[in-house]
This record gives sequence, C-alpha cells and structure tokens, in this order.
Amino acid sequence: MKNQENILLNIKDLHVWYRVYGGYLKVLNGVHLMVREGERVGLVGEAGCGKTTTMKSILQILPPGDFHIPQGQIFYKGQDVLKMSFKELQRLRSREIAMIFQDPTAALNPVFIIGTQIGDVIKYSAAFEENEHKETIKEQSIKALKEVYLPDPERMLINYPLQLSGGMKQRVCIAMAISSPRNLLIADEPGTSLDVTIQDQIMRLLNEIVEKRKTSIILITHSLGVAKEMTDRIYVMYAGTIVETATPEVLFKNPVHPYTKGLLASVPKISGGGITKGIPGKLPSYLNPPSGCRFQLRCEQGDPICSEKPPQLFEVEKDHLVACYLTQR
Amino acid sequence: MKFGSFLLKRLLLSIFVIFGLSIVIFIIARVVPGDPARMALGPRAPEEVVQRLRQEMHLDKPLPEQYFYWIRGVLSGDFGRSLVTKRAVSEDIKEFLPATMELAIFAGILMAIFAVLLGTLAARYKDTWVDSLIRTLSYFGVAIPAFVAAIIFMLLFGYYWPILPVLSRLSPGIIPPVRITGLLTLDSLIQGNFVAFWDAFKHLILPSVALSLGGLFQEARITRSAMIENIRKDFLSAERGYGIPERVIMFKYLLKPSLIPTVSMMGLDFASLFANAFLVETIFNWPGISRYGISAMMHKDLSVISAVIIVFGAIFVVANIIVDIIVAFLDPRVRLSTSRGI
Amino acid sequence: MINSNLPNNSIAISLVRPKSIFWLNLGKNWYRFSRNTLSIVGLVIVAGIIISAIFAPWITPYPEHAGPFVDFDNTGQPPSLQHLCGTDNMGRDIFSRIIFAFRGALIMAVVVLAIAVPPGALLGLTAGYFQNTWIDAVIMRITDIFLSVPPLILALAIAAMLKPTLMNAMIAVTVMWWPWYTRLVYGMASSVSNEYFVIAADLTGASKFHILFREILPNCLSPVFTKMALDVGWVILIGASLSFVGLGEQPPTPALGQMVSDGSRYMPTFWWMTIFPALAIVLAILGFNLLGDGLRDMFEKRVE
Repeated sequence: MKNQENILLNIKDLHVWYRVYGGYLKVLNGVHLMVREGERVGLVGEAGCGKTTTMKSILQILPPGDFHIPQGQIFYKGQDVLKMSFKELQRLRSREIAMIFQDPTAALNPVFIIGTQIGDVIKYSAAFEENEHKETIKEQSIKALKEVYLPDPERMLINYPLQLSGGMKQRVCIAMAISSPRNLLIADEPGTSLDVTIQDQIMRLLNEIVEKRKTSIILITHSLGVAKEMTDRIYVMYAGTIVETATPEVLFKNPVHPYTKGLLASVPKISGGGITKGIPGKLPSYLNPPSGCRFQLRCEQGDPICSEKPPQLFEVEKDHLVACYLTQR
Repeated sequence: MKFGSFLLKRLLLSIFVIFGLSIVIFIIARVVPGDPARMALGPRAPEEVVQRLRQEMHLDKPLPEQYFYWIRGVLSGDFGRSLVTKRAVSEDIKEFLPATMELAIFAGILMAIFAVLLGTLAARYKDTWVDSLIRTLSYFGVAIPAFVAAIIFMLLFGYYWPILPVLSRLSPGIIPPVRITGLLTLDSLIQGNFVAFWDAFKHLILPSVALSLGGLFQEARITRSAMIENIRKDFLSAERGYGIPERVIMFKYLLKPSLIPTVSMMGLDFASLFANAFLVETIFNWPGISRYGISAMMHKDLSVISAVIIVFGAIFVVANIIVDIIVAFLDPRVRLSTSRGI
Repeated sequence: MINSNLPNNSIAISLVRPKSIFWLNLGKNWYRFSRNTLSIVGLVIVAGIIISAIFAPWITPYPEHAGPFVDFDNTGQPPSLQHLCGTDNMGRDIFSRIIFAFRGALIMAVVVLAIAVPPGALLGLTAGYFQNTWIDAVIMRITDIFLSVPPLILALAIAAMLKPTLMNAMIAVTVMWWPWYTRLVYGMASSVSNEYFVIAADLTGASKFHILFREILPNCLSPVFTKMALDVGWVILIGASLSFVGLGEQPPTPALGQMVSDGSRYMPTFWWMTIFPALAIVLAILGFNLLGDGLRDMFEKRVE
C-alpha cells in the first residue's frame, strides 16, 4: 500500500522565527518531515511545540507580519514551496493541499453564510481544473456537504456559522477541504475543541475520507491512541524539532527518545494504575532556547554533549529515526 | 424574530433617552440665574407686564408643573417663541433644519466613502509609503478642529484661490428652486434646475469637507486597524489556504467584518459632525439650525436653545438606530443572537 | 498571538489577579512605547507645551503682552525674529500670547479631567460589578441621556446660559465629560467581573469593597489612563471651540480660540493673527493624540 519512492512532501531543516519584544521567538528549529503518496502521517507533541506553525508554513499561510524563515526547504512534489510563484502557490492551495483547522469556530468567517464560503472555494479552485465540471457550484457544494454527512445540506448553505454546532462547523470545514480533489490533507487536531463523542465521529469521518479517496494526510493530534489507530507513521515533535519518528508499532513497542518515553508514560490507562508519571518541567523559552538539545533541561539522562549542539536525526533501526545523543553511543 | 424585539427595545430606550434629555435641558434652563420673562421683555418693561408673562409662561408654578406644561407644548410641536426672531420656534426650525441636514448628510457621505477607501488602502499597503502617508494625514486630519479647517479654507478659497464659494448656500442672482424637501441640491435636481444644482453643490463642498475631516480620518484609522487585526484571524488563513485569490480575500472576506467597527462608530461621528456644525455654519454663514442655535445661545434665548438641543437629540437617536440596522445587516451575530446588550 | 512565555495551565493562571505591571515592566513598556517614533514625537510635543506653559513668564520674550497691553506703534507686524509669530491688532507679541494661552488650556484640561474622571469611573465600576441589577439600569440609563447629545452642544448651551468665564466653561465641559468614563469603565468592569480571579475572590468571601477596588479597578485603569491622555487634547479643543464663540477666558487674557476668532477679522492681510493660534491648537491636539496612541500600544500587549 505504501509507495516508498513517491515522496509527496519533504520538509528539510525548517526554521521559523517570530519577531517579538527582545528579539525572535525561535519556534521551529530544524523540522524534518516526509510524507509519501497515500501515507497517513501522525504528528504528536505537547501544546506550543510548533506543530501548527509547521503546517501553516507548508501552505504559506502564517499570519502576515513578523515571522521569518531563516533557513529550510519545503518540497512538494519536488518543488520548493518557499520559492513558488504566486500562481503556483495558488494552485498548490486550490488543488493539492488543504488544511483543516483545530477550532472550526475560528476557521469559518462569521459574517458570511456557509454557501458563500464553500462556493468560493469551489469556484476559485475550478480555475485550475483541466476538465470542466457539469455541475453548478451549488450542486458541488451540496455534494461536498453530503459527503461529510451533514443533514439537510440545502438549508445548511444559507446558515451562518454561528447557527451551527461545533461538530457541524468542523464538518463544514472538512467539506470545504475536500470540495475539490486534494492529494494531501492536513488535519490540525480536528475536534480538540469539541466534545469527546463528536471528536470521535470527526475522526471516523476523516478516516473514511482518507480511505475512500486514497489521499495522504498529516494528522496532528494530542491523542497517541488516535495516532496509533489512524496513521502509518508517527513523528514526535518537541519544542520545534522532530525528536523521533517510526511506525506506530515500533514506536509504541520500542520508544527511544526520553521525551517519547515520557509522552507514552503520561497516557492514563483506562484499566487503572493511578496518576501517570508524566514529564516534569515545561517547554523551554523560545526567546533564549538552550543551545544544543532542547529537551536537555527536562531529560533525566543529561550528558555534557547535549548542551553543545542540537542532535541530528539518526537511524537506530530501519525506518526508526531518533534525535538524541544517548542513542548514538 | 429576535432582531425585531432588539429593535423595539432600542426604540423604547431612545424614547426614554429623549425624555431624559428634555428633563436635563429643562433643569439647566431653569436653574441658570435670570428671569426668562424679564429677559424676554427687556429691562425696561413695566413690572405688571412681566408678571403677566410670567403667569402665561407658568413660571409662578412649581418646577414639576412647569415641566409638564413645557413638555406638553413640545409634544404638540410648540416650542414657544424665539426672543430673537419673534417667531414660533417650530417655524424657525422648519426653515433652518433642512440646510443643516443637507450639509450633514453630504459630509456624512464624504466621510463614509473616503474613510473606507483610505483605511482599506492603508491596510492593503501596510508599512509602505502609502500607509505612512495616509497615517500621517490621519494624525493631522484628526487633530485639525473643524473650525480651524473652516478658517483656513476661508483664507485659501475666499482670498487667494477663489475657485469655490465660501459663503451661504447659493450665489446671489441664482434663482432658488421651489422648496420641496428644503435640500437645495435635491430640490433643484427634482425640478431640473441644473444651474441652481451646480451652484448649490459648489457651495456645499467647503463646509462639508471642513466638517467631515476629523471623523473621516478617525474612521479611516478604525478601518485600517480592524483590517489589520482581522488579517491575523484563523478564518483568513483558512480561506487563503483553500486557494481563494488575494483580491477576493481583501475586498470580500476581510472588508465585510472589518466594516463593522467602522459603521458602529459612524453614529458617534455623525453626532460630532452636528456639533462642529455650530462653529462651521457660523464661519461659512450657512443659514442652518446650528447657526440659529448659536445666535440663540448668545442671546440666552432659552426656548430656542432647548428646542435645538431636543431636535439634535432626536436626530442622533434616529441616526443611531439606522447605524444599528446597518451593523445588524453586516453582522449576523447581532441579528441572530440576543446576547448583545444595548 | 504569540506570547513570550506560553501558559501551561490557563485556568491556574486566571485565578490569580493580573498585577498592575506598569512599574515592574518599565523597560518592556518603554520598548513598546518607543518602538513607534510617533509616540516619541507626541511625548516631545506634550512635554514642550507643558514646560513652556509652566515657565511662560520666564521664557516668553514679552510676558507683559499676555495682558492689557497696547503698543500702537507695533500693530500688525508680520512674523520676524523679534516677533516669531508676528503681532496682533494691539501690537502684542502673538508667540508670547500663545504660550500663555496654553496655560489656560492646560489648566482647563487638568481641572475638567480631575473632576470628571473619578466619579465617572466610579459609577461605571459600580454599574459594571452590579450588572443586570437595578443599580446598573439606573446608572447606565442616566449615562445614556448625557451621551445622547455631543458634549460640545450641551457645553455650549450651559456655558452660554452662565456668565462667560473660564470657570464656567470648565463647569460646562465637566458636566458633559464624566459619562464617557462611566461607559468605558462599565464595559471593562462588566467583563472583568466575570473573570475567574474575581469569582474566586467572591467565593473566598472577600468584601465587596475589596473586590471592587482591589480586584476589578486595577484591571480597568490602563484604558482610563490612555483615554485621559487623549482627552487632554479633546478638552483643549472644546475649550478652544467655546472661546472661539466668546464663551471662555475673556480678553485681554489670551485664549487660543478667542485669538483665532479675533484674528480672522483681519484676514487675509494679517493672516498670522489667525494661523499661528490655529496651528497651536492643532499642535496641542496632535501631541496628546500621539501620546495617547503610544500609551495604548504600550498597555495593549499585542504584537503588530
């Protein structure tokens, strides 16, 4: 099912900084991430570790202003997104990649009806289409809304976002993302802001869409369980760097990086066993991050070399990369 | 519908506010030193005559009763008599109000159009010379009081560069149109009197520009900062991410939500436009209700002062309701939810 | 929005009242303020106006011209090195008179704000804390009445009915100024009252007085200070408008509006009699506006 050769997205050594009082927040510090065609990739890590920033960089939709990309490349089908012309970028957004945001309430424009918003996505995406559609924009919108199992799609079109529940809004967002064919979906913690049961429905819906359409997906999630169920490969992110990547089976059986170990240990077991151990401490300051490994301050097995320079990803076994000096000895 | 009840509530509140305003005005007019009857008749009138007028004006009754007589008159359109023009105040208002309305409406239109235009331009070209120029202009535009602008216009256009008229509503020798609405430009257009229309229009330009400057630049700044704030919102990132072209984002998805704060401020700016009209009409010799009001103030003509303030209060109440309706049209959150307080 | 330290536990943080951080973060606040050159320009203008107004008798070239002084040999002199802004129809130095006029304008602004802001803010605070009760209804409906007419119109009316003096102009403007602070603080206080740290204080049995003045009030102060800085300019404007129509400081004491109005009778030949006082008004409003904007940028912790 996986095609090892066809690399769809390849992020190499991506750095993203935000300008603030007193200098730059060095949020991303060399992110490496690869998505093959048809692959389902999970990205896990605690809040504020730069997952959303990475994803927004792929589409070049970081809020305009004080961000800065000092180095790195984002290759999509062999072409560097950071060097794309305006037209190419537009095509990338319209036909290749779509992102589903974490909070559907913030992701929908509050002052336009659903029909206008989804209709415009379809309308401007059609400009890049080779063969013409016979259906009208309205018919296509209804089709997309039906595909995400929204009841009464006709009426849905004339509703404003505030008339819908959170789960419905997230379905609308998914409908917008799949209203025209895409090769890669980015789902940024879809449903984290929703009830657990609704979250589960959204996840199942996403899974179904990915299965049916054979698209690749990057799924950002807090839940290691979801990542295990739904993905072919998991990337673990900590403070703006990828610290470990492997298939779910390998990762859960043989975690190597101390952060991954801690992350797995902090999942509460439904079978009991009390409060989990977790990882003491918190994310380092992005303003003055420690030189070297960004996890050193929370790591129990520190070594002098950890504070010298950041560890590079290193293959500990086939398809299992870890960025930690402790494994390289 | 929810919006209907919101509007009704708004209307009831407005009526309450106008009544409250009438009480405030009444109290102010009565507590100031001086006897209105004596002032009306002058210092040399015999005491019995003053006494008789005092009775006629119900000045011998207790204050609440006086208020009752006064408000009863106001409700039936009787604001009393002007000491200066010696006519019924309501007659005077009918004569002078349209000139002020014409000026204010024209200035309001100028304000709205240019504010949105300049604000959008500045936001679109943020941190370029366009933005800097508009922002610098705004700082000065907001800081120049309307009466200072009016004086400068008088100096420039009245003496050095007389391409636009600076006094009154119509040049001498132009036959004014028959009065229908009282707005000269509108009346002359209706009657096909294009000579009068063009002349009246030219007379409108300088006073209305002087009036609108402050509000215009303030609104432009609000539009700009609302746009810049909304640019950072997730929904714009999302829309951009779905491949919607930049110009559609700018003029549709960004402009509409950004207009909400601008329009909400319009009511307040429209009010300050009327306030500034007091000085600007005097400078340009514009025969409107503000000039009428200010001459009444100079002569302590209490019934005129109260009447003018109540008329203005009513105008602002109506303007604010219109603004609320426009905001509700732009913002479904207002239309569809009752959670918004008044 | 990006904060330099990302909150790990937002609930725990919101239970603690945010401290009034102005003095603790002086360096950071100064950075925010000075990042915008215009704020510095505003500060310089305001400082210049205040200092020159305080020391007017010592720094003006002709301090005696700020009173009943007549010099018929020097009437209507154009601007020169001797008379920077020319002289008026009485032969008085306009520059000196402008500096002295700033005194009256500033005194008016300070007095009006000092009298209007505390009760206005207090009413807003009370109404905001007791929102949706009769206290809220009574206070805010009365405020609505005063807000229904622009301050200039009622101030003109009040000033006109009283005797035209600076004192009465101040009374008139003060009467019209408090409701704006009531509304401002009301909005702030009613949202702050619903914050966790206020609810927490309420649940732990803190007194109403403590909640109002120690928990809520400090969190409403920065917009009030910002508005006060801006309002100095606006009070100067209203004062100038009143004195322009003759309701304010009476001649021979100089007032900005009165100088513009008097000078306009000698246009266009003696344009400097009008233009320089007019520019002085613009400069004062501009300075306080820029300063106020700078303060707002400083208090509102947003990254632009």
